[in-house]
Amino acid sequence: MPDLQSQDYIRRSASTLTPPSIRNHEQEVAKLIDVSRCIGCKACQSACMEWNDLRSEVGRFQGSYDNPMDLDPSTWTLMRFTEWENEQGNLEWLIRKDGCMHCEDPGCLKACPAPGAIVQYANGIVDFISANCIGCGYCIKGCPFDIPRINPVDRKSYKCTLCSDRVTAGLEPACVKACPTGAIMFGTKTDMTRWAGERIADLNSRGFQNAGLYDPPGVGGTHVMYVLHHADRPSLYAGLPDAPRISPLVGAWKGLFKPLALAGIAAAALAGFFHWVVVGRNEVQPEDDAEAQRLMRDSGEPK
Amino acid sequence: MTHPKGTLRRNTTAARINHWITGGCFVLLVLSGLAMFHPMLFWLSELFGGGQWTRAIHPWIGIVLLVSYAGMIVQFWRDNHWSRQDAAWMRAIGSVLGNDERAIPEVDRFNAGQKFVFWAMALLVPALFLTGIVIWDAYFSPYTTIEQQRLAALIHSLLAVTAIVVWIVHVYAALWVRGSVRAMTQGYVTPGWAWRHHRAWLRRLAASGSEGPRPRVSTGRQRQ
Ligand code: HEM
Ligand code: SF4
Repeated sequence: MPDLQSQDYIRRSASTLTPPSIRNHEQEVAKLIDVSRCIGCKACQSACMEWNDLRSEVGRFQGSYDNPMDLDPSTWTLMRFTEWENEQGNLEWLIRKDGCMHCEDPGCLKACPAPGAIVQYANGIVDFISANCIGCGYCIKGCPFDIPRINPVDRKSYKCTLCSDRVTAGLEPACVKACPTGAIMFGTKTDMTRWAGERIADLNSRGFQNAGLYDPPGVGGTHVMYVLHHADRPSLYAGLPDAPRISPLVGAWKGLFKPLALAGIAAAALAGFFHWVVVGRNEVQPEDDAEAQRLMRDSGEPK
Repeated sequence: MTHPKGTLRRNTTAARINHWITGGCFVLLVLSGLAMFHPMLFWLSELFGGGQWTRAIHPWIGIVLLVSYAGMIVQFWRDNHWSRQDAAWMRAIGSVLGNDERAIPEVDRFNAGQKFVFWAMALLVPALFLTGIVIWDAYFSPYTTIEQQRLAALIHSLLAVTAIVVWIVHVYAALWVRGSVRAMTQGYVTPGWAWRHHRAWLRRLAASGSEGPRPRVSTGRQRQ
């Protein structure tokens, strides 16, 4: 599907000019995933497949509830199950809906070399515009959450769109619509943060002192947030990063180094040009020819 | 391999073909690499049929470059050993840049600047190849961690910029020193050119009665 002419970009990959942004008065949205209310039924995962017309290849049972075992180009959201024995020796079944976090400062977009292949709308959604994707895999290196996957058939990168097509039309994302327990909520980021606060107060009162909101500041916050019973240890939940941030290696690669490098290359070329202007070419002189002839005569001319 | 009478053979036909395959690959790699390096240069991808093609073709050209440069190393390394005179030449770099030949020590087949370009590329090309493999997502992404790929991407781009600067020095030197380009296109130079720029090389050729590019290995065999 071509770009919807959204005219509400706040970021556009590999672009040095301001992208079309006149319609930028949207409110920021967020999806709130309340892990404590999730029953692991995977209705959201099915709804995602259905709305987006995605069919992953049928795999084999691996001895885990995770199905498939990892995100793939056709699996944009995935329930990840963790069995954790807590300090009291009780089993806790931690279930997390994995997928793109829609970072406020998206590492994928920062790393992308193709103009307009990744955009961020004023509502905060980070979207891949596949027509512009060149399949290099830089977004994978940029992402702190290991989310994008490249389809080997068309060499395009895919991930959750936060149902940008539905959201533009005033609908909530498909996963939100399908969730039978209300564990996935969708609305403005302010409302979702407030709602999370109520949920956390409730969890606190029921003995989860460390319950909290996962909206990691290292990536400027996210437009997909979690309510976690153990917000002090996000990595319990199938390796959710404790303090995600764009890797400093990516920062160095994509930062000031690039313009400086281009300036350096231009300076080298200019130095050559001005050397030519000032000193000029190094030409063989008649004396050189004469000396060479003398030398060769003296040592017997080569044939 | 014909060359006008009275001139000296500077580079064999094989060396010249090898050189221009290397140079062609390098230029294509610079253009396709820079397209992905900075948004201002993404338009270069149109030269390769668009972004997808640019991304896909760049590493394959890299493989040809690696093989081709290996050939260059085989053909040229013997004349690129570092020597004491090279240090003296380096110290006289001001005179070199000022076209003041009298103050520069005699140079054999290659001067210290040429040797520098040779060895710099001998390191840069394999290093670019190794880091390039790590970020060749289509075929090699399963063999490394994402963190290793991040590092490889950073190093690849740093090395690329270094290689481009070395290459600019190389190209400018060839244009600046009149007669050098012909040495790599038609393959020959005049004795005057050799006297001016590579006097020790000329002396060795003259002494053994060779027309170049290397002196005759005289095992008692007579010149005809
Ligand atoms: C020798 C073998 C080489 C290999 C296997 C290789 C491979 C790669 C790969 C896989 C990429 C990522 C984009 C893509 O998938 O096409 C890349 C990017 C790049 N390459 Fe190479 N390359 C090689 C040599 C070179 C050389 C000689 C140069 C220039 C002097 C160069 C300059 C670049 C640049 C500037 C980028 C973009 C880096 C960035 O995005 O910051 N490469 N290369
Ligand atoms: S989670 Fe990854 S893919 Fe999603 S916006 Fe952040 S960096 Fe991009």
